[in-house]
Amino acid sequence: MTTMQITGSAAAAFGRTLRAEWTKLRSVRSTIWSLVIMAVVTVGFTAIATGFYAGSWDSMDAADQARLLSDPIGLILQPGAYYGQIALCVLGVMVVAGEYSTGTISASLLAVPARTPVLAAKAAVLAAVVFVAGEVIAFASFLLGSGIVSRRVDVSLDQPGVLRAVLGLGLYLPTVALLALAVGAIIRHVAGAITAVLAIVVVLPSLASLLPGDAGRYASTLAPGGSAGPLLLSSGTNPDAVLTPWQGFAVACAWSIALLAVAAMLLRRRDA
Amino acid sequence: MVGTAAAAIGDRNDVDMTHAAPPSIEVDGLRKRYGRKVAVDDLSFTVRPGSVTGFLGPNGAGKSTTMRLILGLDHANAGTALIGGRPYRELRRPLCTVGALLEAKAVHKGRSAYHHLLWLAQTQGIGEGRVRQVIDQVGLADVAHRRTGGFSLGMGQRVGIAAALLGDPQVLLLDEPVNGLDPEGVLWIRNLLKDLAAQGRAVLVSSHLMNEMAVTADHLVVIGRGRLISDCSTGEFIRRYAAATVRVRTRDGRRLAELVVGDGGEISGEAEGAYIVSGLDADRIAELASPAGVVLHELSPQHGSLEAAFMELTRESVEYGGTAPDRSRA
Repeated sequence: MTTMQITGSAAAAFGRTLRAEWTKLRSVRSTIWSLVIMAVVTVGFTAIATGFYAGSWDSMDAADQARLLSDPIGLILQPGAYYGQIALCVLGVMVVAGEYSTGTISASLLAVPARTPVLAAKAAVLAAVVFVAGEVIAFASFLLGSGIVSRRVDVSLDQPGVLRAVLGLGLYLPTVALLALAVGAIIRHVAGAITAVLAIVVVLPSLASLLPGDAGRYASTLAPGGSAGPLLLSSGTNPDAVLTPWQGFAVACAWSIALLAVAAMLLRRRDA
Repeated sequence: MVGTAAAAIGDRNDVDMTHAAPPSIEVDGLRKRYGRKVAVDDLSFTVRPGSVTGFLGPNGAGKSTTMRLILGLDHANAGTALIGGRPYRELRRPLCTVGALLEAKAVHKGRSAYHHLLWLAQTQGIGEGRVRQVIDQVGLADVAHRRTGGFSLGMGQRVGIAAALLGDPQVLLLDEPVNGLDPEGVLWIRNLLKDLAAQGRAVLVSSHLMNEMAVTADHLVVIGRGRLISDCSTGEFIRRYAAATVRVRTRDGRRLAELVVGDGGEISGEAEGAYIVSGLDADRIAELASPAGVVLHELSPQHGSLEAAFMELTRESVEYGGTAPDRSRA
């Protein structure tokens, strides 16, 4: 009975924290700007990449053509997601590290002295917002990109893996946002955290791919921010891939959760 | 001066007896170090409801650190800080028990005062009506929906005060609330603190300005280098540390000097026909002068040396506290 009451009141307290974090996120302009920039960059790079392949189709050799024909949905979604996620890295960092630069973190921890619920609520609200925005962007990118490549290859949602890949963009982007949020909570400094997140998402997988042979393929896939997550945005037919799309997504989730766990432990232990 | 401080600590029980209510804040043996620097060192004091307790010390004395330890933002290395008998972290809707103002303008520059107070209210399950109420109370109704980035320091302080009052708490901790405020703002804070105490709340307010605290606080806790120097009522502090003097003007300075010295006082010339008497109060000087036929044109008690007394008190702790800690009084 007592345990149930405590659990119930803890759930109610977490509900209040969730509402508060939603108010925080929607009451600063940087949130909407980050999402708008992400949408423009993602859809824009989808148009550029698909336009480039469609335009240079005749000058490609047969092997390249075959690869594009085997995974057209990856071609449509992956380039946009790669660049669009950079705006998301900034947003994720701002959600926590921004509180340290403004001093709001003291107020947050005074209001919720258990601390971990603050981080959990931030993560949940950010993931939900990015999921919704990501799905909208995913379908916009798909409609635009499939239209542009339709002269060369037909892509539709009823083909195997296509709907999963399109929905997958909305699932993949929150993992990036949460990775950035966790790094922001660990580093507690906006500029430092953005630098670190971009190093993880942009630089680390490229460096890992320089390792010779299979080691490079595995490392660049399995590294945090590596190519595992974006596998979900492909048809899953690439013979070079070391993981299936869902396995890739699981790796991306695992990194985000691991870094969030480190962030939560440090948040509890450190002086605010 | 160390001996005087020991006397001040020794007298605490007498002072506490005048406050019968249970303490709202109990700090006991609190210690905090950052690296090798000890910021708060074996600090103990209590804050009672229904009064303003001034928390005094020079910059860097450990006032803010102590408040952060009380509020659970920083972790103490030793000792306890309890609010109504419980650590801050165990409070269920903490903002409804304790209101705190820590640093000016600790609000996201892009967020409005209204939204800042709204999210704070939501964490405690406080309704939106209360948000509007505190906005009106601190006089921000006209600018509540503007982004706080353009706020003056005084307006930022008002947002912080509104946040502290949001949960209608019985305990308030305010760190340097008058810093950077214009005279009108200082007066507003001073009256607000007194009103809150008059409503039966416990108010702990830190400052490095002795004179400001002398007119605001009922009780003074003075620290230097993280250690307790003095803990007594404001009146007691003034009596003990501010060498009371009386300014006297007369045409018969020579006769006045004889009378004062003859009664055990000291006198020094201040200007033509004006003198400063110490060791005797104004009543006694009048009683001496009148039968002797010495006409006094002015007889005014002076308290101007309070700030100097405070500086002297804390300078001692700064000079000797770190290198050769005097444990003989312990």
